[in-house]
Amino acid sequence: MKKYLLIIACLLPVMHSARAEWSGYTALEYRNFFEPAADPRQPDNTGSLILQPEYHYQWDNGRQIFSFIPYYRVDQYDDERSHGDIRELAWVSAAESWELRLGVRKVFWGVTESTHLVDIINQTDLVENPDGEDKLGQPMLNLALIGNYGTLDLFVLPMFRERTFPGVEGRPRLATIVDTRQDALYESDKKDQHVDYAVRWSKSMGILDIGLSHFYGTSRDPEFIFVPGPIPSLLPYYKLIHQTGLDLQVTSEGWLWKLEAVKRSGTNIDYAAATAGLEYTLYGIGGSTTDVGLVVEYMYDDRNKLATTPFNNDLLVGLRFTFNDTQSTDALIGLIYDREYGSTVYSIEAGRRLGDRWKLSVEGRFYRDIDPLDNVLYSLRKEDYLQMELALYF
Amino acid sequence: MFKQRFLVVALLLTATALYAETPAEKGLAIAVEMDKRDTGWGDSRSEMLMTLRNAYGQESKRQIRSRNLEVKGDGDKSLTIFDQPRDVKGTAFLSFTHAKGQDDQWLYLPALKRVKRISSSNKSGPFMGSEFAFEDISSQEVEKYTYKYLRDEKLDGLDCFVVERKPTYEHSGYTRMVSWIDKEKYRAVKIEYYDRKDSLLKTLRLLDYKLYLGKYWRTHRMEMLNHQTKKSTVLEFNNFSFKTGLTDRDFDKNALKRLR
Repeated sequence: MKKYLLIIACLLPVMHSARAEWSGYTALEYRNFFEPAADPRQPDNTGSLILQPEYHYQWDNGRQIFSFIPYYRVDQYDDERSHGDIRELAWVSAAESWELRLGVRKVFWGVTESTHLVDIINQTDLVENPDGEDKLGQPMLNLALIGNYGTLDLFVLPMFRERTFPGVEGRPRLATIVDTRQDALYESDKKDQHVDYAVRWSKSMGILDIGLSHFYGTSRDPEFIFVPGPIPSLLPYYKLIHQTGLDLQVTSEGWLWKLEAVKRSGTNIDYAAATAGLEYTLYGIGGSTTDVGLVVEYMYDDRNKLATTPFNNDLLVGLRFTFNDTQSTDALIGLIYDREYGSTVYSIEAGRRLGDRWKLSVEGRFYRDIDPLDNVLYSLRKEDYLQMELALYF
Repeated sequence: MFKQRFLVVALLLTATALYAETPAEKGLAIAVEMDKRDTGWGDSRSEMLMTLRNAYGQESKRQIRSRNLEVKGDGDKSLTIFDQPRDVKGTAFLSFTHAKGQDDQWLYLPALKRVKRISSSNKSGPFMGSEFAFEDISSQEVEKYTYKYLRDEKLDGLDCFVVERKPTYEHSGYTRMVSWIDKEKYRAVKIEYYDRKDSLLKTLRLLDYKLYLGKYWRTHRMEMLNHQTKKSTVLEFNNFSFKTGLTDRDFDKNALKRLR
């Protein structure tokens, strides 16, 4: 009897520390464009249904975790935007001086708000949102070595993920369709089976948080090959690149000073790019509980007008309102101004929880004074939109 | 730092024996004794249920898990994991309190898998929309205040010291706080907070104390009432456990990303 009690007593902590959990959200999204599309096949508004359940299982006192996050979106019109992905399917094992992370995961590097130059592990899920902040799950083996020296992350990245692009009915999109139905073109003979590598060292030292990284492999940003024909299209062409990145933030009192810089080679033109800026927050404006944060960032790309990004000499000015109310209401309004062409993109993002389980989000982008020479933005000049999302969390 | 504190205590004790204490000395001695009695707990875990109530009685709930690590010679490390509301589930807040200088704080946003270093100047802001400010729930280091003993007073039949504290750190929302401290067990039972205009802003009651490891008292119910807005927040603590084997590694940026 005593023996059994002892066994039960030994098992109890194990059982106590194991924890399985389902959660996630489902959402309805409605996006409305204010001007008729350039192509009559593109509708002026579209609805979407999104489902993202999450399963997490942890054991070994939280030192081992298994997680699974599938994702699916059904779009009313765009077949390319109706898509599924495995955002996460991974096992993580943590020890005192290392962590091993194996499977499909998402990894974020960086500090700035306007661009994410340094962030390179995951491919962009562009059909989700033109801001490019949604990412596809990336299969990886990641060993993190952890000590007084900070964290040294080593990555082996098999299986390249192609970027998603809006289909014929998709909006916003380029005037010429990016054809993702055909095989994409690759510099590597191994095509999407090329194994990529990355390494990152990061450390927090007092007021400084710093990261240094290097990536070698298939570029997440494609170049495009024009395919003429009765219906011309663009084929993505993925080159092999080297990218070295630096990200750092100095946090002093209410001030956040941020810098991200990259040097990339292997592309059409080797280039360097940087985003630097600051964030300052005023807490409790006028005796209220509302915080107002000011974000100013400057984006630079040394390819200048040949840059494949519109943000080669641009300034972001943004205001973040955090109301600190029960419903966690917040709003971010901002503009990105092109210092060469004067093109301006206005942006608003706001959210508010309704009850305990619902959340309403609003997002809008407005393109003004877009110069025909501002290549990438010019294709968006009539793509002003406002979108609403109602999400239910479970 | 730690040795210094003992030295201060030793000096104060000698001083008490020889001379009458000034109110500042007595106030500090009480704070040092409270800190001393709460030394050596190592690490702890607990769960919190937070109930927010507005002036009309409407309620909103939050569920939080919290982990704390005692740091010898400096402020403690703490980790707060949000379970409810569901839209912020998995969000985690990591804080390194320092006895001197600014605290270090990071926020983990699970949807973006992003760890953000944030400014710790936000002392007076509401924690999760509640009536608790960040400075109310952060680690209370002796060095962060100046003290003044006011009087002895009975509260709910308990003999208490009444001590006034003034924050020495910047960006506090308070000019001063007045605490009622149980004379026998050296634990706070009530705290009044005075705003920047020195009018009474909030009253905190600390209830349901339980003893852990035979030495450490922990409140299991904190009731904060805002007199100016009539809003209130109740914090209920559950499942306290001590010496659970947490180390510095459980309070780093890597750990933030795998919390669930």
